[in-house]
Amino acid sequence: MESTRTQLLIIGAGPGGYVCAIRAGQLGIKTIIVEAEKPGGTCLNVGCIPSKAVIHAADEFYKMVSAGQGASDSMGISTGTTTIDFGKTIGWKNGIVDRLNSGVSGLLAKANVQVLQGVAKFRDGKTVIVDGREGEVQVHCENVVIATGSEPVDIPGMPFSDHVMSSTGALTLTEVPKSLAVIGGGYIGLELGTAFAKLGSQVTIVESEDRVLSQYDEQLSTPVVKRLKHLGITLLTQTRASGYEADDAMLSLIGSDNATSDIQADRVLVTVGRRARLSGWGLEELSLTTENGFLSINENCQTSMLGVYAIGDVTGEPMLAHRAMAQGDMVARLLAGQSQSWDRQCIPAVCFTDPEIVTAGMSPDDARLAGEAFDVTNFPFMANGRAMTLEREDGFIRVVTQKHTNVILGIQAVGAGVSELSAAFSLAIEMGACAEDLAATVHAHPTMSEGLQEACLMATGYGLHL
Amino acid sequence: MGLFVISLSDVGEGVAEAELVEWHVAVGDTVSEDQLLGVVMTDKAAVEIPSSVLGKVMKLCCEVGDVVAVGSDLIHLEVDGEGNTAGRTDSVEQTVSTTANLSENQTDEPKQKRDALKSNTHSKSQTADLRSSDRNIQQGGTAKQKVLAAPSVRQRARELGVELSTVSGSGPIGRIVHADLDKFTERRAQPGNGVKTPDASINIVKVVGMRRKIAEKMALSKSRIPHITIVEEVDVQYLEDLREELNEKHAQVRGKLTVLPFVMKSIIEAVREQPELNALYDDEAGTVAQHAGVHIGVATQTPNGLVVPVVRHSEMNSLWENASAVVNLAQACRDGSAGRDELTGSTMTITSLGPLGAVATTPIINHPEVAIVGINKMMIRPFWDGQQFVPRKMMNLSCSFDHRVIDGYDAAVFVQKLKSLLEKPAMLFLED
Repeated sequence: MESTRTQLLIIGAGPGGYVCAIRAGQLGIKTIIVEAEKPGGTCLNVGCIPSKAVIHAADEFYKMVSAGQGASDSMGISTGTTTIDFGKTIGWKNGIVDRLNSGVSGLLAKANVQVLQGVAKFRDGKTVIVDGREGEVQVHCENVVIATGSEPVDIPGMPFSDHVMSSTGALTLTEVPKSLAVIGGGYIGLELGTAFAKLGSQVTIVESEDRVLSQYDEQLSTPVVKRLKHLGITLLTQTRASGYEADDAMLSLIGSDNATSDIQADRVLVTVGRRARLSGWGLEELSLTTENGFLSINENCQTSMLGVYAIGDVTGEPMLAHRAMAQGDMVARLLAGQSQSWDRQCIPAVCFTDPEIVTAGMSPDDARLAGEAFDVTNFPFMANGRAMTLEREDGFIRVVTQKHTNVILGIQAVGAGVSELSAAFSLAIEMGACAEDLAATVHAHPTMSEGLQEACLMATGYGLHL
Repeated sequence: MGLFVISLSDVGEGVAEAELVEWHVAVGDTVSEDQLLGVVMTDKAAVEIPSSVLGKVMKLCCEVGDVVAVGSDLIHLEVDGEGNTAGRTDSVEQTVSTTANLSENQTDEPKQKRDALKSNTHSKSQTADLRSSDRNIQQGGTAKQKVLAAPSVRQRARELGVELSTVSGSGPIGRIVHADLDKFTERRAQPGNGVKTPDASINIVKVVGMRRKIAEKMALSKSRIPHITIVEEVDVQYLEDLREELNEKHAQVRGKLTVLPFVMKSIIEAVREQPELNALYDDEAGTVAQHAGVHIGVATQTPNGLVVPVVRHSEMNSLWENASAVVNLAQACRDGSAGRDELTGSTMTITSLGPLGAVATTPIINHPEVAIVGINKMMIRPFWDGQQFVPRKMMNLSCSFDHRVIDGYDAAVFVQKLKSLLEKPAMLFLED
């Protein structure tokens, strides 16, 4: 068996792993990264990027269809019949993914990182066997970073197949299904469910809890739910899927009163959650502490074994690419001898539904749980000029401030295109801003971002446009 | 039957060796699992060594007082079955380490040391608590006690080793900006410029060697002996006149006399009448050994700490012989050449801080003696001679006694005897 030595070995070239590798390479650390699939991980290949491509295509298609149906008549716009060749759409999406794949590969090469294609398996804490196309390679390393990510969870009795899809499957469809049942009303299910509804599918969302988007408070989820209904999506809450018959495309459901029913579903999308990828890479050879199915780490991303680090989804919530990237960067710097410690004040999260939801820092519920004395101010887009010109007056920006000091504890927003405001939200929190700081910052007019300034003006007692 | 070796396990962070201070078993004893075998002392704490098996003690691998390296054999046990030495290649590998129980040394550990131990365990538990820090990461949320500072300020503070919560921020609502860090580090760099910054550092000094011996001895004496201390004023004007005269005449040939040989002489005279004071009390045996010979210990400060060299049979010596014996012994102690004979065997001790001797002290008896004489600072004080105040050279004696075997009356008689002899020094020589 071929054998090699390196200072740093990274397992998994997702957003956490590849960022860690690039930074380590830049800092002069001899680095090898192992990846079984294409570089970029879930995010780039089957997650964030492809889903956003499909969502965008769906939005564009929906706008044109609506215009054709006279929805834009008041603006004086009308179109003829709009059609979509979804196979082509997916091809376009794949083109974007390919460009990003080669972009990551190029960045790794530029940073002098060696990429090993294959499946990594620990033999011990310092030795990993990589089973690749050209046979096995044994890698001895001084430090190792586990960045194996997460994978979709399936439902017992309904394994993933051509018709019962995970998000990965849904993003490779070449035809828009006539009817689509989405099991799990979390953000992934709603993002894709909304997109397919706009593309023309008859979409049913099946959620076991009493409301969808239960990770958000009701104030944030309400505008989204309103829109789902407007788009003709059926919401079945307190309902579970009990089986699927592919031949006659029937999904069996059990309601809260144990009543059973069947609905038509050409395809079923299962988005009930993701779990850490803890098998297949030799976890059993190591003595790593886990908690609730995730690897335990400290503030330096160190696991319970010396020289073994873990970053990204495999370490738990929030399972977000940008958290993994920040962790990867930090670990590389640590290994290069820089003084580092995880002290990020906020990890923003975006839900790309229609309207979008952005959360940064503490929600009012979080603040209450933390025992903070706080105030909440809320500026609706109904009072924002730019929102009117975009025909999207739904949603609001909400600011949670500490009582007396007005320190910004959290900012949330729901509205069309508010994902781009997330930078301002997290910047304010990370810089330790108070409402006065944001209120005194000149915000460009006319933009939806003015809603942030307005909410902060209200927090300081000097609201203007409301 | 097999041989089971218990070695000294890792007894604490950064500890490479420990002093064996107690054996609780002897060769031939049968020990049960978890039975206490012995105690080792690190610079941080006393650590109990329990047995991990049932067996019979075959060999104790070290003696009390030995310094044992972590990993070395402590004890060999004969056990049923194979033992743990099969395939043993050296004394460190293959042996089962004990699970050491950290326990605070209850009686004689200085508070500072105990506190240091506590803070140690505290910080250790903080770094070891993976779960809680993990939770912090997972929430990624606002820290409980939020310090307001931009990420670049936080990073710079980390690099400078500055705990941000100790920096006062000049920004709105106390936000810390780069200029605040500049100010903080400037102040830190120039101590004593009038700006007070609390220095939270703690310097842990190991109590080892002679200092530990002194600590143990003092603690033993103070914890076992109920002290009674009598302070008496002595008019040493005549003594000083005499001493001056003798020094003028004989200093060049016989050496210079201090007050000390006169005090020794008065003790020798006093214990002639009160032999119970020149004695050693063995409280376990319940006996007081009254010595005919007056072996006077003289507490002496050395660079390493307090030692008590002994002038043996001081009653056989002249004033000058005792004086030179004290000088020679003190020198030997300071240069480290004093032998064991010269440092043990005293029957009564004198302690004097010379010019630093204060007005009164509460001397601690040199266990197992029963009395100690403390000499305080000599000074000119006004003295009422019946008609007027006259300036006299005065000196206090602070004497402690073991109240278990010396009654207050006897102690007072002894002190009065010293006083009268020192106040009329001619008596010291007349009675010879």
